[in-house]
Amino acid sequence: MTTPKPPVQAEVLRIAALARLVLSDAEAEAMTPELAEILAHVAKLEEVDVTGVEATAHAVGFATPLRDDVSRPGLDLERALANAPERIGDGFGVPKILE
Amino acid sequence: MSFEAVIGLEVHAQLLTRSKLFCGCATAFGASPNVHTCEVCLGMPGALPVLNREAVTLAVRAALALDCTVHERSQWARKNYFYPDLPKGYQISQFDRPLATHGHLDLEVEGSARTIDILRIHMEEDAGKNVHDDVLAGSRSYVDFNRGGVPLIEIVGAPQIRSGAEAAAYMRELRRTLRFLDVCDGNLEEGSLRCDANVSIRKVGATTLGTRTELKNINSFRFVAAAIDFEIHRQIAVVEAGDAVVQETRLWDAQAKVTRAMRSKEEAHDYRYFPDPDLPDLVLTAAAIHSARATLPELPAAKKERFVDALGLTAYDAALLTEEPELCRFFEAAVAGHKNAKGIANWILNELLREARGQPLAALKLTPESLAELVRLIDDGTISGKIAKDLFAELVTAGGAPAALVKERGLAQLVDTAGIEATVDAVLAANAGSVAAYRAGKTNILGFLVGQVMKASGGKANPKIVNEVLRRRLG
Amino acid sequence: MTALCDLSLTALSRALARGEHESSAATEACLARAADTKGLGAYLLIDAEGARRQAAAADLRCRAGQRLGPLDGVPLALKDIFLTAGLKTTCGSRILEDFVAPYDATVVRRLKDAGAVVLGKLSMDEFAMGSSNEHCAFGPAKNPWDPTRVPGGSSGGSAVAVASGSAFAALGTDTGGSIRQPAALCGVVGLKPTYGRVSRYGVIAFASSLDQVGPITKDVSDCALLLETIAGHDPKDSTSAPVLAASATEGLEAGVKGLKLGVPKEYFVAGIDPEVRTAVERAIATYAGLGADIVEVSLPHTEYAIATYYLIATAEASSNLARYDGVRFGLRRDPGRGVRDMYLQTRARGFGPEVKRRIVLGTYVLSAGYYEAYYDRAQKVRTLIRRDFAAAFAKADLLVTPTSPTPAFRLGARLADPLQMYLADIFTVGCNLAGIPGLSLPCGFANDGMPIGLQLLGPAWSEATLTRAGRAYEREHDWSRRRPPLARP
Ligand SMILES: [Mg+2]
Ligand SMILES: [Zn+2]
Repeated sequence: MTTPKPPVQAEVLRIAALARLVLSDAEAEAMTPELAEILAHVAKLEEVDVTGVEATAHAVGFATPLRDDVSRPGLDLERALANAPERIGDGFGVPKILE
Repeated sequence: MSFEAVIGLEVHAQLLTRSKLFCGCATAFGASPNVHTCEVCLGMPGALPVLNREAVTLAVRAALALDCTVHERSQWARKNYFYPDLPKGYQISQFDRPLATHGHLDLEVEGSARTIDILRIHMEEDAGKNVHDDVLAGSRSYVDFNRGGVPLIEIVGAPQIRSGAEAAAYMRELRRTLRFLDVCDGNLEEGSLRCDANVSIRKVGATTLGTRTELKNINSFRFVAAAIDFEIHRQIAVVEAGDAVVQETRLWDAQAKVTRAMRSKEEAHDYRYFPDPDLPDLVLTAAAIHSARATLPELPAAKKERFVDALGLTAYDAALLTEEPELCRFFEAAVAGHKNAKGIANWILNELLREARGQPLAALKLTPESLAELVRLIDDGTISGKIAKDLFAELVTAGGAPAALVKERGLAQLVDTAGIEATVDAVLAANAGSVAAYRAGKTNILGFLVGQVMKASGGKANPKIVNEVLRRRLG
Repeated sequence: MTALCDLSLTALSRALARGEHESSAATEACLARAADTKGLGAYLLIDAEGARRQAAAADLRCRAGQRLGPLDGVPLALKDIFLTAGLKTTCGSRILEDFVAPYDATVVRRLKDAGAVVLGKLSMDEFAMGSSNEHCAFGPAKNPWDPTRVPGGSSGGSAVAVASGSAFAALGTDTGGSIRQPAALCGVVGLKPTYGRVSRYGVIAFASSLDQVGPITKDVSDCALLLETIAGHDPKDSTSAPVLAASATEGLEAGVKGLKLGVPKEYFVAGIDPEVRTAVERAIATYAGLGADIVEVSLPHTEYAIATYYLIATAEASSNLARYDGVRFGLRRDPGRGVRDMYLQTRARGFGPEVKRRIVLGTYVLSAGYYEAYYDRAQKVRTLIRRDFAAAFAKADLLVTPTSPTPAFRLGARLADPLQMYLADIFTVGCNLAGIPGLSLPCGFANDGMPIGLQLLGPAWSEATLTRAGRAYEREHDWSRRRPPLARP
């Protein structure tokens, strides 16, 4: 597989929006060539023959541990809500969500 | 032009655990907002997930019951998207390497057998709930994370369903299976069983799939068939009008009985799945999978067959008794105490369901053991059916041991022939007219005389013996 | 005369045990030094009141003969990435500027349980993304040896505090060199433990499969002591290993005679500063003189390590940072046009440029159509890099390398060129990709007076060997005992 072409500015903006970031024009203009340069370096990996090589997703070799199904008290409600930018009743307030 | 529908169901079932999938918070339904939360299920910085063993056990049980291949190694993946009810900005789910694949569900649709393939079963955590409460929140919404992190399995069925009726039958059979397994309580209204449907249509005989819509919010059994049939007809109308079906997510509006496109028009999904670095792979040994298979409970379809073949029930009764696990367990426990399955089935289906009046059976004072005892008392002639019925009503509301009550209150039938003969003689003496009429050929007056004898014995005389004695005296 | 706060942790601990000093005095000395060196920007938050209270409690225990252990009463500070209940934990970011931690990280709990005094929270690159501490939203930290230079990063504040004596030791995190590189640039000791040895619970995640918590200390003995307090299995972290590794404090003085030290040839190529090269070669000669066998080894995929690292780290980071959405905690900007806009504005305002750059890169490499070319391929090359190390450790007990290709560079020098900044992590990222432990310790000074770091790498769970070898070298030189001049920037 060959490495895709580096993204143009519109693509950078689309990806940023996917990550819920708005970039100013200046930010997008600066970031596009920076990403291109980084991705050009990353393209080095094309040289490596990875046929038949397993992917490493974790640095540990063991299986995920299992917890007993015991219910415990979690955070005290006030503590859970203490950092909330907006509190409505005992809920986390957000702009109206339309479905 | 004639069309056929292609329907695939994705069913999310909440697993019956005490605590959430990755934290120790309770899974209880109906608590006030955010009382069952902690740093893990609120997605606080630094918090990490640890897997609930029981959730795995239940998921494996469901997968095996649906005849899936359960994989010895499965992988956790993050499904990335932004939504206020999703605290971490990703859902921990499974993607490339799910828990189980390649199963199937056998069902009956309008009397004929159908098999729907199950493509995969994977585990995942539930999201929280966005609440739109105009009184409390006005023009805002708020998020309640009590449900966030509750364990689910997603059961992805093959697109082999052709109608709303088939979809409903599939859901019913799946629900029944999961409930008999004690994996899920199957409550659609509370959201512990949820159904999303991918619906498309194509011309009969076509092999390619049409553009599909995803149907959400089918939160009651009554709506499964209605929502899907509506959507099929809507798509046919769109195509017949020369337009194209738009790929979109649609919600079933139960009040208007229509499906409508979601207002929050989402951008094309790009979930950027990748293995969750916080969770090593889930590893199950072949031995553990084997022993889970060996200890699977008998499934409702097999029970139904056995009730007919081995216990001699009618197919109709067997079907009724295998609809709800609670009822079925009651029946089986009672049969364990007394072998007259048909008799017990009749009592349950005719009397018990009426007396229960919709309450859960566990709330009644009558136990399966006492029902078994009651039926035994009838079968061995100790009490009459009439006495049994009176006693039954009392057992349901007040409880008690039938044999002890019968003894205590002297409710046993009179089987002492000499005693009955004395009563018969007294009745005959008091009803000389009737005796004469009988002897003159009006033999149907016998019933009246039997009634008189029964009455005189306070209902306790054995009617068979009464009959015999009467016939002898009159004959 | 040595000021109290210039003692090593080990020396202070002994003095506390013997009643020669009190924790309160040591705490005051650190607080005073922190005030004197405020211009270095090591601290983001000083909890003087809390520290004094903890010190007083430690002194009471000590006087009652109930000292909890060697860390009881020792004043320490934490990189601002560790959740510390009741204290602000910002991770160097505007988006968490007012976030008060609702719980303690496991390592923080362990330190508190050991009686350590928590002085405050230390500066860092925002979300640990950086190698210079210049990406902290609240201003850079400065190198105590020359305040016009960077202290390294991302645990820059931690290295500065330890080097300048405003904490006896600090905890940092290391995702691609973030403990070892600032330790090297500030002339102190830093250890990145084996992945899974120290709990990540309550540590704000950058790249979860690479992040590891470790000590930054004045010398190797201190490092071993602190490691033993924070290490160990944590049932709250599914990647925490249920392994009982050899103690790093036992056998510390046993020397390196007969130990095989491998020199990876790919680490001594163009791009390495000649003074760094010379200092490291001298250190290797010192080891040979101490009886170690020096062997050449090869890590053939070294040139792919940076690319592999940045793909994996940014991909994981893009997902880890999705939770900063202004709903449950942290900054919110809501222009009143709905949820989506609230997200966009909150994150645009809350994250700095380097974080945004990495989120965009990470989102890009995971997105539809690019996953196989970038992320999946990087994970496979990661396997090859792990195999390289396994092969090298078949020939050598430990590897000896430079920590950073250059000593501390000037503030601002590399800000304009992110790729150059990334490439400077060349000697440190392999360790994180392989999940193995790495120790950085001082091995000399450049002509301009800037410290140079030596890196020792070992196979998984070999921390005891690493600290033993580090200690053997440390005994031969006074590099670790040198303190920066208290130049007031
Ligand atoms: Mg799902
Ligand atoms: Zn929780």
